[in-house]
Amino acid sequence: MENNPHLKHTPLHALHLSLGARMVPFAGYDMPVQYPDGVMKEHQHTRVAAGLFDVSHMGQVIVRPKSGKIEDAALALEKLVPVDVLGLGEGRQRYAIFTNAEGGILDDLMIANRGDHLFLVVNAACKDADFEHLKKGLADTCEVTMLDDRALIALQGPHAEAVLGELWADVSAMRFMDVAEADLHDVACIISRSGYTGEDGFEISIPVASAVDVTQRLLEHPDVKPIGLGARDSLRLEAGLCLYGNDIDTTTTPVEGAIEWAMQKARRAGGAREGGFPGADRILGQLADGASRRRVGLKPEGRAPVRGGANLFADAEGKTPVGQVTSGGFGPSVDGPVAMGYVDAGYTENGTTLFAEVRGKYLPVAVAALPFVKQTYKR
Amino acid sequence: MLKFTEEHEWLKIEAGVATVGITEHAAGQLGDLVFVELPETGSTFSKGDSAATVESVKAASDVYCPLDGEIVEVNQAIVDDPSLVNSDPQGAAWFFKLKLANPSDADALLEEAAYKELVA
Repeated sequence: MENNPHLKHTPLHALHLSLGARMVPFAGYDMPVQYPDGVMKEHQHTRVAAGLFDVSHMGQVIVRPKSGKIEDAALALEKLVPVDVLGLGEGRQRYAIFTNAEGGILDDLMIANRGDHLFLVVNAACKDADFEHLKKGLADTCEVTMLDDRALIALQGPHAEAVLGELWADVSAMRFMDVAEADLHDVACIISRSGYTGEDGFEISIPVASAVDVTQRLLEHPDVKPIGLGARDSLRLEAGLCLYGNDIDTTTTPVEGAIEWAMQKARRAGGAREGGFPGADRILGQLADGASRRRVGLKPEGRAPVRGGANLFADAEGKTPVGQVTSGGFGPSVDGPVAMGYVDAGYTENGTTLFAEVRGKYLPVAVAALPFVKQTYKR
Repeated sequence: MLKFTEEHEWLKIEAGVATVGITEHAAGQLGDLVFVELPETGSTFSKGDSAATVESVKAASDVYCPLDGEIVEVNQAIVDDPSLVNSDPQGAAWFFKLKLANPSDADALLEEAAYKELVA
């Protein structure tokens, strides 16, 4: 196991090593890609019991209104995201994206209303840029703070509620995308009912000093196993969820990326606070007229995985290019290859047969509805 | 005669024909395999050419031809059940049989002890 001195460690790094994890560099961190069970078993365990993920590399950011009024922070943040933040109730969380002037996506994130402040979780690779972006955009009205004294773990799967319920009885009152504060083993944690697997589950923000202790105690539960980045990727791919940098980036708009569901009515044409975010002209234009390309699910017809970067064609000879795969691999729960990618308008209908170029061959893939597995969120 | 390559293949050579597979070390590093693509019988490869592909949940990897030769048989069992490569990489999960163009080239490959040292 190489020890790269340039890589950062999460507060759980030593715990991963003690659990026998295979570590890889990811977004500047030395992270567990898998544990001795391996990607396949970790994936399946998460779908039938509960998986525990270290996501402490992600950025946790507090946006606090100088006026003391949460509405002021919400309205300020709405200048950076095409999302209804003002309408987000206390104790609720919402998916959002930072857009740029061209309507591209700078990052995707979660925004929670914590009563007197907003709590944001952003991607690890983008967190420094996001922090600068927030400070620049909100300097007049808000204090923006990156929390470096908290770990973040995710507990995902059908047994997650029961496991957490042994520590905190009120957990069953939470709905999907609720956020609450709770003491786990006398440690004050912030818990959201959300995740990145398609399963019911929770993300838990823990003070660094207690992170190893709380995590170890959760891992002592017979239903809980540690899960690495390998299974995290196959789980989110089956769930049809975007990976920033692969499936959405600065060159894709929310409409092209098929995540315009994240834009509530208030920010759309005719809404109470229509537009007013970077790239609004382009994005609202695409909402009205459609985009020239669209992210879709892709189900390879054979057993061969079709990976990100594979070119897509309308014909089996590779003459008419129509798009590209952005994420692809093997779905252990689907028991077959699964992928997603961008295709030109006109090829987006479910059931359309396209051909993916893999090692010089053109393999048939069908445009398919996302997700590939049934989401089990407790709404 | 049992030989190994630095690219983590093993070769069992009998009468100028090498049965080729990947080592236990390689199978462990790759993780759970979900797809195997084998060459066509009758095709010829030079040493170092990509002759087969194995895919785990996460990634695709090449299996290189260890010596010059012609494919005379492939193991359909690992195409039908790629997990065999994880469970019995140096036994039932051989990949292909290669009729060596120059059987004496095998002398330059690694002995088992040298390979074990390499992956230790």
